Amino acid sequence: MYVAVKGGEAAINEAHKLLAEERRGDPSVSELSVDQIDEQLSLAVDRVMTEGSLYDRKLAALAIKQARGDLIEAIFLIRAYRTTLPRFGSSSPVDTAAMGIRRRISATFKDIPGGQILGPTFDYTHRLLDFKLAAEGDGGHGNSLDEDAGSIDEKVLLDEAMPRVVDLLKHEGLIEDERPGDDDDDVGDLTREPMSFPVERDIRLQNLARGDEGFLLALGYSTQRGYGRSHPFAGEIRLGEVAVEFTPEDLGFPIEIGELTLTECQMVNQFKGSAEAPPQFTRGYGLSFGHCERKVIAMALVDRALKGRALGETVEGPAQDEEFVMEHSDNIQATGFVEHLKLPHYVDFQSELELVRKMRRKMARADADNANNEIVEAAE
Amino acid sequence: MTQAAQQAAIPDEQAEIDAGAGPDPNYNFAYLDEQTKRMIRRAMLKAVAIPGYQVPFASREMPMPYGWGTGGVQVTASIIGPDDVLKVIDQGADDTTNAVSIRQFFERTTDVETTTRTEDASIIQTRHRIPEKALSEDQILVYQVPIPEPLRFLEPRESETRKMHALGEYGLMHVKLYEDIATHGHIATTYAYPVKVNGHYIMDPSPTPKFDNPKMHRMPALQLFGAGREKRIYAIPPHTAVYSLDFEDHPFDVQQWEQPCEICGATDTFLDEVVTDDRGGRMFVCSDTDHCTRDQEAAE
Repeated sequence: MYVAVKGGEAAINEAHKLLAEERRGDPSVSELSVDQIDEQLSLAVDRVMTEGSLYDRKLAALAIKQARGDLIEAIFLIRAYRTTLPRFGSSSPVDTAAMGIRRRISATFKDIPGGQILGPTFDYTHRLLDFKLAAEGDGGHGNSLDEDAGSIDEKVLLDEAMPRVVDLLKHEGLIEDERPGDDDDDVGDLTREPMSFPVERDIRLQNLARGDEGFLLALGYSTQRGYGRSHPFAGEIRLGEVAVEFTPEDLGFPIEIGELTLTECQMVNQFKGSAEAPPQFTRGYGLSFGHCERKVIAMALVDRALKGRALGETVEGPAQDEEFVMEHSDNIQATGFVEHLKLPHYVDFQSELELVRKMRRKMARADADNANNEIVEAAE
Repeated sequence: MTQAAQQAAIPDEQAEIDAGAGPDPNYNFAYLDEQTKRMIRRAMLKAVAIPGYQVPFASREMPMPYGWGTGGVQVTASIIGPDDVLKVIDQGADDTTNAVSIRQFFERTTDVETTTRTEDASIIQTRHRIPEKALSEDQILVYQVPIPEPLRFLEPRESETRKMHALGEYGLMHVKLYEDIATHGHIATTYAYPVKVNGHYIMDPSPTPKFDNPKMHRMPALQLFGAGREKRIYAIPPHTAVYSLDFEDHPFDVQQWEQPCEICGATDTFLDEVVTDDRGGRMFVCSDTDHCTRDQEAAE
C-alpha cells in the first residue's frame, strides 16, 4: 500500500544499470574509443573543455563517452572532476600575438600583415550531406569534399609575423586602450570566489568563457537585432597554438609547461564618443579552448554589450544587463536548477494543495452566502 | 601533465567500496580538499556570528547537479568527521531517491556511520523538512537551500537586495504580506515562509512548509543553510529567536489536518497526501517516515 516512498535505493541501483546498458547501445556495434572521440568529434571535445574550464582532451573525450554525447552532461562531469584538482598558481598571460596560427581572418581589412589564412573552416562548404562518410572504412582523410587537398603542412606558409589586427588600430589611437592590471597574480577566479556585482572584467570574461554557447549565441544575436546594438566588426578571429609559461616560486623565472589550442575573437565596435572621450572604436573580446568559433564571436559581442554601462550607454537590452547575463550564463547551474523540478516536492505541494482547497472553500461559502442574500432580497 | 600522471589522476569511478572498508581512497575525506573545507568553515563561522545574514562563499562544483543539494552537501562535507553519524532526509523521508543518493555519497567518501533515527544522528542533512522529533544541542541540522534570498521574488537584483538587508529596509516584504491579506484574507504563503532571525535579518527558511517554522525558534541544535548555486551560507545559532512574519490582527498559524496519520495515528505531524486510486481515494500519512515508523513500533 504505502510503497510510494520506499524502495529508493533499489530503484537507483537498477536505474544505473539501465543507464550503463543504454550508454553502450547495441553490443554488436563496436564500442567508441576515447581516442576516436578525441580525434573525430574534436569540436565536441573543444566545447566540453571550454565550458568545463579544463584543458584536457582525453578527459573531455571520456566525459562525452560517459555522457552518451550529451555535452552539458559531459561539461558537468568535467566541472565536478576539476573541483578536486589542486591549483598551483596562475600562468603568465598567454601571448596570442605569438600564436602558431592555423586560421586567421579579419573582416575589417582586405589584407593584413601575415595575410588572411582560411584554415580548417566549415564557412565555405556547401552543407550537403556527404554520403561517402556513411560508408564504412572511409580510410585516410575521408574529407571527400575537397579530394585534391591531400596532406597539408599548415605551418609551411605561416612563418611570417602576424600582429593582431586590433594592435594595428591601437597605434593610431583609434581603438580604446586596454591594459592588464598592475599585479599579474591578482587575477580573479570565479571558481574560487563568489561573484559580487558590479564585477571586474577578468571575472566577466571568465564567466562568459565558461558560459553556455547557446545562451551567448542568442544574447549576441539579440544585440545585432537592436537590443543593445554595438555595430560590430570582426576585427580578427585567430586559431592556433600558444605556449603556456609558469614561474615556479623556487625557480623565479618562467618555464614553458605546455601548449594550448585557442580560438580568439577581437570585435571592433563603433563608439560615438562622449563629453570626455573622443569618438573611437571599442572592443569586445572572446576566447576559448580549442576551436569554438561561434562561441568566441558571440562572447565578444556580449562582452562589448556589457561595457555599455561603463561607456555611459543606455542599458536597454538583456545582453547589456550584467546581473542578468552573468547570473544565467552557466549551463551547469541552469540545468541543475531547471532539472531539479524532477525532484520530489510533495511537502511544498501538499502545503499549496491545502491552501488552494481552503481558498476554494471560502469562495464557495461566499458564493452561497451571496446566493442566499439574493434570494432573501428577492423575497423582500 | 604527462600522460602517465594523467592516467593516475583519473579516479576509478567503478571502484567498489565495501561498507566499512574505509573511505574511497581516490578522493579526500568527504570529497572536498581541506583548504576548501576551511574556506567553507570560515563562511559558516561568520554566518553563526551574524544570524540570518547570507555569507557569500566560493561554492565548489560538486558531483551532483545544482538544485540537488550541492550547498547542503558542501556544508556537511566541511563539518563531518569520522565519528559523526549522518542522517539524510528529503521531504521528511530517508528513503526518497535523492536522500539515498546523498547518503551513499557520504558513505563512499567518508565511510561514516549513517542512520535513519533522528536522535542518533549528529548531523542531519535535510531538504524541505525539519524532523518532527525535537533536536538537541549536540546535533546540527543542515538545510539544502535553492534560493537563499527571501526578497528575490520582490526584487530580482542581488545588488539591490543586499542593500535592503543592510538597511533593514523590509517594507517591500510587509507590503507583499499585507497585499496577500487584502486579496485573500490571509497570508497566502505556505512554504519558504519568511522569518526574522534574532530581531534583525529576514531569512528564507528554505522551502520547508510553514508548519516547521515554529521548530526553528530557539532550537537547541545549530542550523546551517547551504545554497550551492547561489553561493551563500547562513546560519541560526542554537537558542536563537526566530519569528515568522505576521501582523497583530493576522497572527502566524500553521497547517492543520482534519484526520490523523493513517499509519501511526499521529495528530501533531505534517501529513503527506497519498493518492491511492483513480476514483478520488487518498490517505494521509506522516511525511517524517522515521517518526511515523517509530510511533508505529511504540504502539505495537
